Amino acid sequence: MRSERFEKGDSVLKIILIYITLGIFCAISVYPVLNILSISLRPASTVFSTSLKIIPDNATFDNYINAFLKYDLSKWLLNSLIISSLSAFFGVILSVTAGYAFSRFEFLGKKVGLSMLLVTQMFPATMTLLPLYIMLIHYRLSNSFLGLVIVYISTTIPFNIWILKGYFDTIPKSLEESAYVDGANITISFYKITLPLAAPAIALSALFSFMGAWSEYIVARVIITASDKLTLPIGLTNMMGQFTTDWGIYSAAALITAVPVMIIFICLSKYLVGGLTLGSVKG
Amino acid sequence: MELKTLQNKKQNRTGHSRNMAQTRWTPFFFLLPSLIVLCFIVLYPLFYEFWISFRNVTLLNLKSGKYPYIGFQNYIQILTDPLFYKTLLRTLVWTAINVFFHITFGLFLAILLNRKLPGKSIIRVLLILPWAIPQYIGAITWRGMFNIEYGAINILLTKFFGPNAAIPWLSDPKWSFIAAIITNIWLGIPFMMMTCLGGLQSIPQEFYEAADTDGASGWQKFKNITLPLLKPVITPAAVLGTVWTFNMISVIYVITYGAETEEAQILVSLVYKKAFSYFRYGYSAALSVIIFLILMSFSSIFIKSQKLED
Repeated sequence: MRSERFEKGDSVLKIILIYITLGIFCAISVYPVLNILSISLRPASTVFSTSLKIIPDNATFDNYINAFLKYDLSKWLLNSLIISSLSAFFGVILSVTAGYAFSRFEFLGKKVGLSMLLVTQMFPATMTLLPLYIMLIHYRLSNSFLGLVIVYISTTIPFNIWILKGYFDTIPKSLEESAYVDGANITISFYKITLPLAAPAIALSALFSFMGAWSEYIVARVIITASDKLTLPIGLTNMMGQFTTDWGIYSAAALITAVPVMIIFICLSKYLVGGLTLGSVKG
Repeated sequence: MELKTLQNKKQNRTGHSRNMAQTRWTPFFFLLPSLIVLCFIVLYPLFYEFWISFRNVTLLNLKSGKYPYIGFQNYIQILTDPLFYKTLLRTLVWTAINVFFHITFGLFLAILLNRKLPGKSIIRVLLILPWAIPQYIGAITWRGMFNIEYGAINILLTKFFGPNAAIPWLSDPKWSFIAAIITNIWLGIPFMMMTCLGGLQSIPQEFYEAADTDGASGWQKFKNITLPLLKPVITPAAVLGTVWTFNMISVIYVITYGAETEEAQILVSLVYKKAFSYFRYGYSAALSVIIFLILMSFSSIFIKSQKLED
């Protein structure tokens, strides 16, 4: 029995030690999430308590309701939804043909182009944020959704091109070539044959662009200052005052924001790792 | 014509066959949409940044669009200020400590998870949580846990080591820096763990079986099989990790939010603060350019050393 479920030759002691070690790491990794869960369930009178219980005494959902009543959480949710959807849409539309070109065609500067795309991933956020910010002010695009989307897609496009190129590489060329023999031109074969086959990769890069924009704070804080245009991250972080923070409501709102993204992320994580390492090993 | 011969040369060298339906301009049309957009929102801003770094841009003249040329003054101001060197040193310490712990813990956990172990898929999901949670929420949560009176960490410390063990995490810049490092290590382990796990799973089991028949010890197997075969996976991940950690603003920003000194900042968070809290845009642009040069030299040294090894 044991030899099938565990490695051969492991003693019971070794197995127990492995479980204890993993248990400690799991506790450290999960505790902060449990911590906000616990605070979000506390009644307002005991938000500041020194108890370490996960489910507090007199647990209530008041904070979740108050997050919508006392703050503009629904407005922030809507704004974030619009901005993230736009970033995902443009981030993919603008990179899909380039990903195809990098995968299928030979042209001058292909290698340089690909490594330039990697170099853009090395820029610190401030590198393009500062000039873009000044440019946006010039064109009166600060405090607009369009301005924020522009900054977001400037980082997602290079990343998406890499991911999509990697996926196009795995689609056999023979399908397109037989279409050419049948008289299709390159545009038709791309739209009718390759693009539908690449649907999973396209969905994946759209989702990652969406989640990136959904969770972005550092850029949004600079571009958006008008109170009716705040996105979730700015709204949430504004709750964090310098001296006092409404921790109960903040925690509830943070969980409302984070849990959907976390679930999607955990389901998709294995694709992301595969794509990243595959891409960089090949490059 | 010249373009074509160059292409042919390249094909001969790399041995790729040309796409059947490709004409001279096809790649160009396919690249055009992203090329135009990237020129406007990446390339042009970069040149613009170099341009501003030689000018005096502050909140006062930001909207006017007239920025007086001041030569290298921004650069001189930065390079003669001890703050720059202190922050640079702190950034290097920050990057080294973070990347070291990301890789060691990540690899360690990946090796444990690569064994036959009932319940390991649940353990993997639990271990991946810090990566799944939006970064700023993770950071704010840790900030709450570092609270001097009600934070979970000080409560634990005082429970175990008595009432004097509480640490002023957020008010003392030295401790804030350590708090930021702890937070960022927590955030970064899952990425390395998953990357290493992917690499470990691609190592054929036969190697280990052969080593077993030769009577190799666990450590020998790790040193002679696992590490060398994992290197092509770990190296790019480590380079990416180094650059990401070097550029990590949000953790430092959230943990040191409201602090009056710059003694817990790293270079990028200093740029961010100088630009968007003190409105010194020209100065920040120059500092950005310096950071860019540091990162570029790091990555080109890395690429060169890679080529030498091949």
